[in-house]
Amino acid sequence: MPAHDDMREPMLAAVPNLRAFAVSLCGDMDRANDLVQETLLRAWAHQDSFEPGTNMSAWLFTILRNHFRTEYRKRRREVEDADGGYAERLTSPEAQTGHVEFGELREALLHLPPDQREALVLVGASGFSYEEAAQICDCAVGTIKSRVNRARKKLAELLTIELEQEAEVQPEILIRRAV
Amino acid sequence: MKERTRQQPDEPMPETERHEDPPKGRLSRDTQRKIGQQLRAMYTDVVNEGVPDRFADLLRRLDDKDK
Repeated sequence: MPAHDDMREPMLAAVPNLRAFAVSLCGDMDRANDLVQETLLRAWAHQDSFEPGTNMSAWLFTILRNHFRTEYRKRRREVEDADGGYAERLTSPEAQTGHVEFGELREALLHLPPDQREALVLVGASGFSYEEAAQICDCAVGTIKSRVNRARKKLAELLTIELEQEAEVQPEILIRRAV
Repeated sequence: MKERTRQQPDEPMPETERHEDPPKGRLSRDTQRKIGQQLRAMYTDVVNEGVPDRFADLLRRLDDKDK
């Protein structure tokens, strides 16, 4: 049985990154906090499965990612049942997160398939290596690389279109963003 | 799964691959760079919020319960 003091501090230290990852996945801060809470509860209940000396952050991200995937599948079924109410909410992530300045990026992220979204965020923002991201997503390194590339391309397309459209109306926004 | 990483301790973080040429197509390196910056800025924005009380409380409760 591992000493709890050894678990609590690193788990607490991982919380800010877990929240950032969670909100990137789901686009909703309330839901992100719930995902993190469930992750901590599961991690605590299964701390025997953590191997001391290995990367605890990657272990926690794996738990969060798997929980999100399960939830996502469940919610998608609910959406199909509930006639698109959730999909409608997805179109205004800035209203849910309170992070207005990144609203467009959050919205664009939500338009990526979940496989690509998680790969891009893990490698492009969380700072994991391709190998670690592959471990977290339980797939091959080559698969992660290809998902990241497709995600970048798709995201650039979504955001460039938006930037160009805005530039026609308000060119100063584009200039401010580019700085 | 942990074993896999441990078997490659010498493998460096693929820094170079993050700056690799963009996928073939109309995307410029500059566009990719801006998107990367925005993504990290969005992420860091949440990281900087630190640890909300509910999580510190939760872990304290779990810890106390196990003692």
